[in-house]
Amino acid sequence: MKTAKTVGIVGYGAYIPRNRLKVSEISHVWGGGGAPIQEKAVADIDEDAVTIAVEAARYAVKRAGIDPREIGAIYVGTESKPYAVKPCGTIVAEAIGATPCVTAADYEFACKAGTEAFQTCMGLVSSGMVKYAMAIGADTAQGRPADALEYTAACGGAAFIFGLKNHRTLAYIEGSYSYTTDTPDFWRRSREPYPRHGSRFTGTPAYFHHIVGAVKGLMGELGYGPEDFDYAVFHQPNTKFPIKVAKMLGFPMDAIKPGLIVPFVGNTYAGSTLLGLASVLDVANPGDRILVASYGSGAGSDAFSLVVQDAISNDRRLDPAVSIFINRKRYIDYSLYARLRGKILT
Amino acid sequence: MSVPRYWREIKYRYRLLGCMCKECGSVFFPRRHICLKCGSRDLEEVKLSERGRVVSYTVVRNPPKEYEKYAPYIVALIELGDGARILSQVVDCEPEEVHLGMEVEATFRRVREDGPSGIIEYGYKFRPVIS
Ligand SMILES: [Zn+2]
Repeated sequence: MKTAKTVGIVGYGAYIPRNRLKVSEISHVWGGGGAPIQEKAVADIDEDAVTIAVEAARYAVKRAGIDPREIGAIYVGTESKPYAVKPCGTIVAEAIGATPCVTAADYEFACKAGTEAFQTCMGLVSSGMVKYAMAIGADTAQGRPADALEYTAACGGAAFIFGLKNHRTLAYIEGSYSYTTDTPDFWRRSREPYPRHGSRFTGTPAYFHHIVGAVKGLMGELGYGPEDFDYAVFHQPNTKFPIKVAKMLGFPMDAIKPGLIVPFVGNTYAGSTLLGLASVLDVANPGDRILVASYGSGAGSDAFSLVVQDAISNDRRLDPAVSIFINRKRYIDYSLYARLRGKILT
Repeated sequence: MSVPRYWREIKYRYRLLGCMCKECGSVFFPRRHICLKCGSRDLEEVKLSERGRVVSYTVVRNPPKEYEKYAPYIVALIELGDGARILSQVVDCEPEEVHLGMEVEATFRRVREDGPSGIIEYGYKFRPVIS
């Protein structure tokens, strides 16, 4: 999918809560084996998907250096909405000062709700309906105690502001491609606190099939191969999957390492791919080409090709890099984690 | 706090809006109609500085109702870059870490919630400066 007019990223921002839970703490409590990651980020008692979205959005506005009233659309991709009915986007829009002349909504597509919002923003900007549009992916992901998901479900998010490509945009988008089917690998029914998943079913027919479909589709449309990209970012539910899918598609480890933050942060669901892209933009140079491919259970993948522009050298050090959030941490034990995440009934 | 009262104060709490005296330049939060310093009634709405220093603090271990789950928490009087003084919780900081003169910046957090079915009140808190 290509836009009529080329769209670029005007600004981006990230946020990761300070608490970290080592996976060894979870194994200690539940006796599970294996370590899909090292540690995961956990929201504090007064944080949720909305506060994470607001933090990331504020950094994005600062980095963009734009008047927030010029943002005409705000979409928040999340599966941990604090309100079942009342859009997170309304609170974000008010907090950054984009109200009232703005359209806002929340997006839902498991871990790819954020990139879903990318495409909507690109369309709105390209058509001229809005000057700037903001897409956010933020989650405080839930895993049932002792479930495999509990080892990785984490909290964090990132925000991106899109505008027409010009000398101020940090990177522009060459095209995107979506690959979607009805694949029940992971779901959460209404009013259920924790999701369920099809265990092994989450791999081959789900994550790998959809990402490979989207990335091959995108490269086919643009006439590129893996060698044309300097960086690749894939959705990161654990450390193994993105490394394996990169190998399947022919991307070297060097290309995915700068965006591979899951070992230290965990799977931030809708925030995952976006935080990976933000980490790459923190270190990329003008002219670099970046492949981004999200994955959302249910299932689908959105792939994008971006080219970094000259403006990145001026703008990107204005605000904390993702690495600063990764290194800002305090370790908590399982009991405090259980209290913070509402796993203890009082 | 009632829903209408919370709603009326949203933009001030979310965006840290206070007021400045057009006569003497003093900045206040929350907004007021008469300048505390010179008595002028000519005040305008201004965006407050998001950074400041702790000038006084206390650690709350026996909180009032509806704040129990946040305890123990730090409440500090913070002097912002523009001179306004604001009372706020300080988060991402252990009670033994807070100190006079500590540099802090505004963050966006849950402040209170009206039970599991009522409204969630969001607003500013402060945290040690990130970078
Ligand atoms: Zn005065």
